[in-house]
Amino acid sequence: MRSLAFAVLFTLPLVAGQDDSFLIRGATVHPVASAEIQNGSVLVRDGKIVGVGRNLAAPKGTRIVEGKGLHVYPGMIDSGTQLGLAEISSVRESVDTGEIGKFDPQLRAEVAINPSSEHIPVARANGITAAITLPMASGGDGGGRRGGGGGSIITGQAALVHLDGWTWEEMDVKKSAAMAMRFPSIISGGGRFGGGDLPPDIAARFSYTETKKNYETELRELKEFFEEARRYQKAKGANLKGFKTDLKFEAMLPVLEGKVPLVVMASRERAIRDAVQFADQQKVKMIIADPRELGKMGPELKARNISAILGPTLALPLHDDDPYDAAYTLPGQFYKAGVKFAFGSFNNEFSRNLPYQAATAVAFGLPYDEALKAVTLNPAQIWGVSDKMGSIEEGKAADLLITDGDPLEAKTQVKQLYIKGKTVDLTNKHTRLYEKYLNRP
Amino acid sequence: MKPFLVTCAFAASMLAAPPTLIQNATVLTVTKGTFTGSILIRDGKIVEAGEKINVPADAKIIDATGQFAMPGIIDCHSHIAADSINEGSVSVSSMVGIEDVLNPEDIAIYRALAGGITTANILHGSANSIGGKCTVLKMRWGKDAHDMIFEGAMPGIKFALGENPKRAGNPTGQRIGAANVPPRYPATRMGVEDVIRQAFTDAKAYQQSWKEYNDKVKAGEQALPPRRDLKLEPLVEVLEGKRLVHSHCYRADEILMLLRVADDFGFKIRTLQHVLEGYKVAKEIAAHGAGASTFSDWWSYKVEAYDAIPFNAAIMTRKGVIVSLNSDSAELMRHLNDEAAKTMKYGGLDETEALSLITINPAKQLMIDKRVGSIEPGKDADITIFDKHPLSNFAKVEKVFVDGQIYFDRNNDLAERAAREVEKKQLTDKEKEQQRRTAPGAQRRPAA
Repeated sequence: MRSLAFAVLFTLPLVAGQDDSFLIRGATVHPVASAEIQNGSVLVRDGKIVGVGRNLAAPKGTRIVEGKGLHVYPGMIDSGTQLGLAEISSVRESVDTGEIGKFDPQLRAEVAINPSSEHIPVARANGITAAITLPMASGGDGGGRRGGGGGSIITGQAALVHLDGWTWEEMDVKKSAAMAMRFPSIISGGGRFGGGDLPPDIAARFSYTETKKNYETELRELKEFFEEARRYQKAKGANLKGFKTDLKFEAMLPVLEGKVPLVVMASRERAIRDAVQFADQQKVKMIIADPRELGKMGPELKARNISAILGPTLALPLHDDDPYDAAYTLPGQFYKAGVKFAFGSFNNEFSRNLPYQAATAVAFGLPYDEALKAVTLNPAQIWGVSDKMGSIEEGKAADLLITDGDPLEAKTQVKQLYIKGKTVDLTNKHTRLYEKYLNRP
Repeated sequence: MKPFLVTCAFAASMLAAPPTLIQNATVLTVTKGTFTGSILIRDGKIVEAGEKINVPADAKIIDATGQFAMPGIIDCHSHIAADSINEGSVSVSSMVGIEDVLNPEDIAIYRALAGGITTANILHGSANSIGGKCTVLKMRWGKDAHDMIFEGAMPGIKFALGENPKRAGNPTGQRIGAANVPPRYPATRMGVEDVIRQAFTDAKAYQQSWKEYNDKVKAGEQALPPRRDLKLEPLVEVLEGKRLVHSHCYRADEILMLLRVADDFGFKIRTLQHVLEGYKVAKEIAAHGAGASTFSDWWSYKVEAYDAIPFNAAIMTRKGVIVSLNSDSAELMRHLNDEAAKTMKYGGLDETEALSLITINPAKQLMIDKRVGSIEPGKDADITIFDKHPLSNFAKVEKVFVDGQIYFDRNNDLAERAAREVEKKQLTDKEKEQQRRTAPGAQRRPAA
């Protein structure tokens, strides 16, 4: 019987228990924020990293994890998922990603995260230790395939969570990491303006004139909503008698104050340009999500310090006449433009493949170190938690993975995983069914 | 006639292109080990492959130092290059065929080539219990539909079980018959079995009627031929072992059901497609002799995919099933090598086993393994060259040969981009100009 669990026990003798203090030694440590350390050590106390280097001494009685021949990396962060919000994507009853209504800033992803979702242990078994969970109908500005919310513009508050915990409160890293929205855009089927985002049968239902009208209406409504929110902000500040609390506008205050960024789904250059212009007008912080092309927007994004969450690299080009590798080279284009970015799977099922999205980008021009950063340190910085995670540095949470090789390579095995210093179970629905049926008589 | 043919053959050999030599590559033959050396190609075939081979003086040399040559990748389940895939009005549509709707200009063909694919099995969709006749294509981009067909490949037929054939006419999440479309039988897995069993009962009777007719003719008796039935003819071919069954399936129960129906009628299921719960009945699949063509790690996108595990390919391999990985997607098709690498993580397949899943195994499943699927003398020169080991996620395709011809070359692709941009601009400018001129109210001015 070749059991993953047994393999781990053999390579890494562990002491049972909830102890979140230990010393990993003799491993190749990849801190990400600094150069790799051969024969390095990582000292963890009370769930936090307290030392990184060569030949670290540990206080007497500290549990030792022998890392000879193995590698230590910071846990990876998936910057766009619906983890905990959706289980079986074709079954509406199991999907809580898209609410009804055009403007729903009051919705909080966090409170609907099912900590028992089978997706969580599956994703983390591959080294994903934290994820952004977005209240958002399926990725891209098409949206609304199964989760509802197809017409939503502001979809709610995205949560950054650790992929471990008995409850969503225990999983919490940042309750309101961003306000999720879809930027209105022109999508229609057929002819010169068609194709790309929507399945052709759906896209064909809408003419260009129709979608343009819809786009203009949505844009107007969006501006009006922000204006109303600002009036609410003013009214609240004025402490007027008879002021009534409005949950939608309350939720918008941190956005207007620049404390919470908008994370904006905008796939095409045109939508990105519109979104950037909107950020300028409204003086809000913005992150672009799942862009499918950069076009001439590189300098615009860089000048404003607007970061991007890149969706799957392994994707088809938007247009028939795009180069075959258009999606493969996109991360490299963002890098060359000097725009900070992180990767997101915009998916649950394939969250575990996040590192391979980064690897393909390397094959097509992204420097390796940048790819690794885009699943570790960059997302931590973009989501404003780089003091807590994203690299192996003193003071950060011990979100660590021990592997037998490069985690961006599919054949690499994750041997051990720690979230906040706690040893995390690598078994999941898939390993359990594997064990069961491999041993079927 | 004969002298003319001989003359043609002679002329052809005189005009034959010089041989091609791929040299200094790490050659992953899949069936005959791995070595650093050369592959000699002549007239579209692999003539020799080895560490040291004699180089003909006129050979065109392709230096692949530091690169990796492997057999062209074979996708056992794709829908590219087809204009339509579901004849959804009936649940038995064996009379329709992919060959009639091939689109050789589908850009997905070129993109598949750029991902190292040289052969693909193009199937119908899964709306029907018995879908239609499938076609095996070589990715001869630029050729017409007829010339893309893998000549001599066994014909196939698509079956489908489970949620998809149930759903046609009976949409998910609603009471049967609640939609605005008339309900369609079958609406359950029981019904799917019945539909297939009924179709083969009819096919047997049809086969018998032809047998009786032919016997009478042979005996010199007068007889009326049976009325031809284009729906049942392909099923008779299945009964006679002349057409391969490729069946879409997910759950263990329906997999077993189909194997038993086939057993009852005395035919074989050639491949179970998707077969995400194949690992639960791997023993039964192996005993029947069916192949399995699955995804590496898809799961949870529908109820019947909720027990799917990425260890599926490995378990079925270990239990004696011939397994391939397929794409079912114009996107996934472009990196089946990445998918193969995942089976090393999930279930511990070795490099050769992993590569077999996308080369020799699908070739066996499609019964074209004498022609393709490995780098061996005598086989078609369908070869994909990667810049790194194809089981590395950092690898990319450099060159793809089909029948010894280069159909994809990354350097050429890059070099041609600027010219293509210019051409595109000229075309769009022309179109804009035309629109301006024909727009209502446009002022007609004499040309400057």
